[in-house]
Amino acid sequence: MATDLKPRIRLPSQIKMGDVVEVKTLVTHDMESGHRRDASGALVPRRIINKMTCAYNGRPVFEATLEPAVAANPYIAFFLKVTESGTLDFAWTDDDGTVTRAKQAIKVG
Amino acid sequence: MAVPVVRSDRRGLVLGAAALSALALLPKAALATPQAASELLRKLVKGAPRQGRVVLHAADIAENGNSVPLTVTVESPMTEKDHVSAIHVVSGGNPNPGVVSVRLGPANGKAEIALRIRLAESDKVIAVAEMSDGSVWIGSREIAVTVGGCGG
Repeated sequence: MATDLKPRIRLPSQIKMGDVVEVKTLVTHDMESGHRRDASGALVPRRIINKMTCAYNGRPVFEATLEPAVAANPYIAFFLKVTESGTLDFAWTDDDGTVTRAKQAIKVG
Repeated sequence: MAVPVVRSDRRGLVLGAAALSALALLPKAALATPQAASELLRKLVKGAPRQGRVVLHAADIAENGNSVPLTVTVESPMTEKDHVSAIHVVSGGNPNPGVVSVRLGPANGKAEIALRIRLAESDKVIAVAEMSDGSVWIGSREIAVTVGGCGG
């Protein structure tokens, strides 16, 4: 598993003040469950994204704890009530401690 | 002419049945049980969950257990006073019963999450929602899996 994960974030193109918008996120990751065996029959050790968080202008608004039962390239979507323009800060934590971060500007039009 | 056709059909049936029973004899990876799922739920949430308010959307039949789209919606106004504080998803048919736990709040505006999950076999997927007033609600959905996920 490469350590440079590619996070993707999607918001509606037009956002008005007070809108409740869907925030769609995806990050490239094998989500190795720890139950799979390689060609020689040895168990492949578990390595997953175990946590994903989102903060809206510094305030935490979403936190997910993931288990191996989340599919590879974890896609997670949630909703957010837009109260101001600003930044969404996302973070994905790998089992090995690596944290991948991404920013997404949110602009009220 | 009709007789041999019937015979071959019967043979097919017998062969099919033999193949099925051979499949049943194959060793399977240890899977969690519905009991393990409810035990985990007892650890995750306090209090007895009530049926309702939690709805799971997914296809009835998932062709690929490696990636099953699932949406969980909880009926809630999501205000400061009355909101969903957490949603937990568990499944009894996987090696581990846990799937995902999320923390939500009034900032979300709508208590809905979508994700793709792995299912090792056809099973009941259960979602539990914790409310800001301390009440706990539960919903579930049977999902049939054609090809199981989780490797093996």
